[in-house]
Amino acid sequence: MTIATIPPHELHHGHRVLMKGNEAMAEAAIRAGCDAYFGYPITPQAELLEWMARRMPEEGRPFVQAESELGAINMALGAAATGARVLVSSSSPGISLMAEAMSYMAGAEIPMVLVNVMRGGPGLGGIGPSQADYFQATKGHGHGDYRVPVLAPSSIGEAMALMADAFELAEKYRTPVFILADGTLGQAMEPVELTFREPARLANDWALSGADGRPPRVVKSMHLEPENLEVHNQHLQAKFAEIAAREVRWAGENLDGAELVIVAYGTAARVARTAISRARDDALKVGLFRPITLWPFPSAALAEVAAQARGVLVVELSAGQMVEDVRLAIEGRRPVAFEGRTGGMVPTPGEVLDALRRLRGVAAGNAAPTKEARP
Amino acid sequence: MTTDTPAGARVIFERPDLLADRSTHYCPGCGHGVVHRLIAEVLGELGLGGRTIAVAPVGCAVFAYDYIGVDFVEAPHGRAPAVATGIRRVRPDAFVLTYQGDGDLAAIGTAEIIHAAGRGELLTAVFVNNGIYGMTGGQMAPTTLLGQRSTSSPGGREAAFHGYPIPMTEMLAIMPGVVYAARGSVADAQTIGRTKQYLRRACEIQLEGRGFAIVEVISNCPVGWNMTPTESIERLRDVVAKEYRPGVIVDRTKEA
Repeated sequence: MTIATIPPHELHHGHRVLMKGNEAMAEAAIRAGCDAYFGYPITPQAELLEWMARRMPEEGRPFVQAESELGAINMALGAAATGARVLVSSSSPGISLMAEAMSYMAGAEIPMVLVNVMRGGPGLGGIGPSQADYFQATKGHGHGDYRVPVLAPSSIGEAMALMADAFELAEKYRTPVFILADGTLGQAMEPVELTFREPARLANDWALSGADGRPPRVVKSMHLEPENLEVHNQHLQAKFAEIAAREVRWAGENLDGAELVIVAYGTAARVARTAISRARDDALKVGLFRPITLWPFPSAALAEVAAQARGVLVVELSAGQMVEDVRLAIEGRRPVAFEGRTGGMVPTPGEVLDALRRLRGVAAGNAAPTKEARP
Repeated sequence: MTTDTPAGARVIFERPDLLADRSTHYCPGCGHGVVHRLIAEVLGELGLGGRTIAVAPVGCAVFAYDYIGVDFVEAPHGRAPAVATGIRRVRPDAFVLTYQGDGDLAAIGTAEIIHAAGRGELLTAVFVNNGIYGMTGGQMAPTTLLGQRSTSSPGGREAAFHGYPIPMTEMLAIMPGVVYAARGSVADAQTIGRTKQYLRRACEIQLEGRGFAIVEVISNCPVGWNMTPTESIERLRDVVAKEYRPGVIVDRTKEA
């Protein structure tokens, strides 16, 4: 049975069902205590909105299909400013429209979770799966000096688990959080063990509730005096530094004794996994380093892993974006190759395997790694 | 508020409790202060200070939260009605108020106000129309009158070149989700008194759970209009009020 045919009250934590990614993320958000959802139709995330349209009213919680992505994200801003746990989802062009409000929320320290089910760009692009919004999610999105945590699931089950984690991070640090999925994760169906968790609620002593019996509160990002704005920005930067120190996540597979390491996230990591198993036929031992937080990027861990190998291959569904962070982490100590497809095309395991073979040729010219080579 | 009252005298006019005891950043003669005061009076009289969540715009009135003593969130430019929708949906018990200028509501935020009204959101919207972008230095707004000079229509607004002023409140009033739409003015004591009645009614309509209510207030911008405060009030009364006519535009509480 697919999730769509099972009554929601029969979806229990730990049960194994066949699920579509968009619907699984939506139900995971509901079970994580999402108080309100605001969205606007766009492919390939429309099923997330449709799931919420049906399920949120069943739970007695607000669902609004907004007039635009601007409307949706600003409704989320208002609801979240009162301390509500709020989810918004969209896909690449819609995410661009949301950049303004994301900057306001980062500045005003309003927690919220935003899912981007990425499609191919630039512009209207196409609706096939893509990872072309890595720069947008990790390097800015909106205007101003800010960062937001970016979580990148690589399976539907992981996407469900990360939904609760995303709300927790958002509320702990009072920040918007991105979940960066791609069209494959959104559209695919796979058997998954249901993972539901509702994070504990924090005391929202900053949120708006009406000033009954206390001084009025203001949730804002404007600080017109440069002296005040700098102090506010220093506070934000200290928070970002704390997130970078504490919240880095990644997963490693077959890294012990790996000659080469593939760095990939999301759907690209799944293609890489197939290529890695085929590489064994070449007697080529390859490990997988899979960042789960794209910001903060697991730079220190990657540098350590790379030092044990001869070369690194980055696989992305883009023309090469995360590869820049990989190169920054490795600082030229190992050759870094790139394999990617764009526009909704997904690299095949064969293409990745060919890239591994080429990299082995390049890396063979390098000396074997030594203790001294470790950063 | 402490006032030394001589024996036999009584206080008949004082600062509302919800209005901060401080001077504002508004230019001399600006109408925003009057509108702030009316809102503070109405919220106080209706006992709403403790349950109001208000939304401040981008523009001169962004600092409304420094003067009106209720919870406030700052919206991105034009988005106040969407922000207020989010608040309304998760806080059914809150009294939700938006405050926007004409650049905010009638230009960049057209979609948000139209759709909040279209949904019949249970909100009270205050729309201060001074026909100009004040904070950025006096540029043309969608509400700028034909012939009016501004820094971005230096020869005066021409219909053939700049298009026509947009009558936002009349446009909103045709939608069934809009329960009440009225236009007040800050030209003199009489119009200010009437404006207060409109604001009070627009708040009561939310309290009665009836739906969306909007009060436009035509106001003056002496600096943006390049006039003395007195000249600007005369223009508001003699010119602006002829184009944007004060009065109740729609009141659907009186239908059926």
